Amino acid sequence: MKRAGFTSIWLPVALLLPQLSIIAIFFYWPAGWAVQSSFYLQDPFGFGSTFVGFENYTDLTANSEYMRIAWFTVVFTALVTFFSLSIALLLAVKADKVIRGAKSYRTLLMWVYAVAPPVAGFMGIMLFHQHTGPITDFFKALGWDYKILVDYNSTATAFIIVSVWKQIPVNFIFFLSGLQSIPRAVREAAMIDNRSGVRRFWDITFPLLAPTGFFLLIINITYALFDTFGIIDTLVKGEPGNNPMTLVYKVYMDGFRGNDLGGSSAQSVILMVLVLVLTVFQFRLIERRIHYS
Amino acid sequence: MAQVKLDGVGKTYPNGFEAVKPCSFDIEDGEFVVLVGPSGCGKSTLLRMVAGLEDITAGSLSIGDRQVNDVDPADRDVAMVFQNYALYPHMTVRKNIGYGLKNRGTSAAEIDAKVQDAAKMLDLGALLDRKPSQLSGGQRQRVAMGRAVVRDPALFLFDEPLSNLDAKLRNQMRIEIKALQRRLGVTSIYVTHDQVEAMTMADRIIVLNGGEIEQIGTPAEIYHNPASKFVASFMGAPPMNLMDAQLENGEIKLNGSAALTAPAKQDYTGPVTMGIRPEDVVIDAAGPTPFTIEIVEELGAHRLLHGRLAGHPFTVHVGKDTTATTGEVKLQINPDAIRLFQPETGKAI
Repeated sequence: MKRAGFTSIWLPVALLLPQLSIIAIFFYWPAGWAVQSSFYLQDPFGFGSTFVGFENYTDLTANSEYMRIAWFTVVFTALVTFFSLSIALLLAVKADKVIRGAKSYRTLLMWVYAVAPPVAGFMGIMLFHQHTGPITDFFKALGWDYKILVDYNSTATAFIIVSVWKQIPVNFIFFLSGLQSIPRAVREAAMIDNRSGVRRFWDITFPLLAPTGFFLLIINITYALFDTFGIIDTLVKGEPGNNPMTLVYKVYMDGFRGNDLGGSSAQSVILMVLVLVLTVFQFRLIERRIHYS
Repeated sequence: MAQVKLDGVGKTYPNGFEAVKPCSFDIEDGEFVVLVGPSGCGKSTLLRMVAGLEDITAGSLSIGDRQVNDVDPADRDVAMVFQNYALYPHMTVRKNIGYGLKNRGTSAAEIDAKVQDAAKMLDLGALLDRKPSQLSGGQRQRVAMGRAVVRDPALFLFDEPLSNLDAKLRNQMRIEIKALQRRLGVTSIYVTHDQVEAMTMADRIIVLNGGEIEQIGTPAEIYHNPASKFVASFMGAPPMNLMDAQLENGEIKLNGSAALTAPAKQDYTGPVTMGIRPEDVVIDAAGPTPFTIEIVEELGAHRLLHGRLAGHPFTVHVGKDTTATTGEVKLQINPDAIRLFQPETGKAI
């Protein structure tokens, strides 16, 4: 077979240039700046900076508030990822079985996808409002003295619920298309081999969905770590006080509210490394155990 | 092992489309029955209803002594081999074959022994730890067979299992499946659109067309005494020659040309469709019927002569020792081999 190729080097370069320049301008350049400024102590009024080596980093590990936020971020990410994946999977499995009105049902489930994170945050403010929110009333009826922005756990619950709600449609779409790509005959063969629908799901459907699930796991962890910024910022109305926040929000608070550019840069470098390690770990370790047909 | 009884079994979809008209037939214990017909004739739907993958909307289906209309597919004691094999892609061959047993509470040691037996029978011993993606088409086919055999079910169901294989492998597997079924003596229903498969494998053939049974019979009955024009043209390669003709006083008149003697005791008069198998005709210089050869198809063991007889397309089958060239010849038609059909209904007279 003849391989198609380019006769000149310039055409492929020109075709790649837009993508490469976007990555360079919006990722490598700012990332490089972040790494550099993480080694300096910036004057809050922008008059100068002093080289301090790794002091910004060592300060962070000694900072108990930072470690507390890091722990909250881990718990938050784990819960958001778990609930948004499992609820979306449940909805997709059920939607896959719907025959009558399947299209409108799916469309309704996907709608939330079009809601921007700050808008989701605003809806959260209304739903969780301390005096008028219906979810607040619901929690109170269950006997929980729910007080958003006053009580740490109340605020954290609101973060998680809104973030999960926002992420379910994305996962739902992927899981549904993953389910529909499983050959009908394979499911039918399983129906003859196994009476229990639940066992069939775990033996056949779930392993065949694993590639989709693995992809979504990475997407969801990244989402919980970074993209929930808008939801958190709106819910705490820019004034977190003693409320929980994620590491990304802490970067923003220290850098732009506290004017500690050096410390903030050090935090974002740590986040970058974290994501890098996470991605390498996931691809190396998990992908090997997952069947790709 | 069991007999299967269909009593007015039919399928109508919610949109009103009747995929299978109510049909009734019995399958004997240990019999190999082939459902054959063109695509869309309802043969797969019928098989899937027996398997339980499709609801039965009319009639009653029994496997053994048990009515199974509302029985779960897993509880019908059937095993099915699918067209694209439907192997579980994430499981090894061993697990694929053993999966059905595992879910029926068979002990691990027994599963292992049965899987080994099935693998030996199907020559899969060296492949037990491979995944389906590492197997060739023929090997996957064997695994699918193994998955059915290992269960020792009452009934085998085959849904066009050979149609994804190349011609050579198909011929080989055809014989193997038939031999395996003979050895195990398991009642089998086999769906195919390939009339050669139907002829060679079946104890009895059921020809379906448009959701209706056209004919049920042994391969020889179906071939020699087709019940309709459809069966005559569908079974056999090349198919039976069919020509419009007039039947008068025991003579068949073809389009003004030479008259032929009709098969015995014909008191019918009027238009008919005459059918004759290509091999029931011989070239004979003294014969009464002129035939124009247009194309000679060389097939090694025999030749097919395509041409025109009294203006109708016509095919003659001759042995390899009979030489033929294009042009005019005379034919001798064996009158006992002539079959007559009603032109409108297509039914045999």
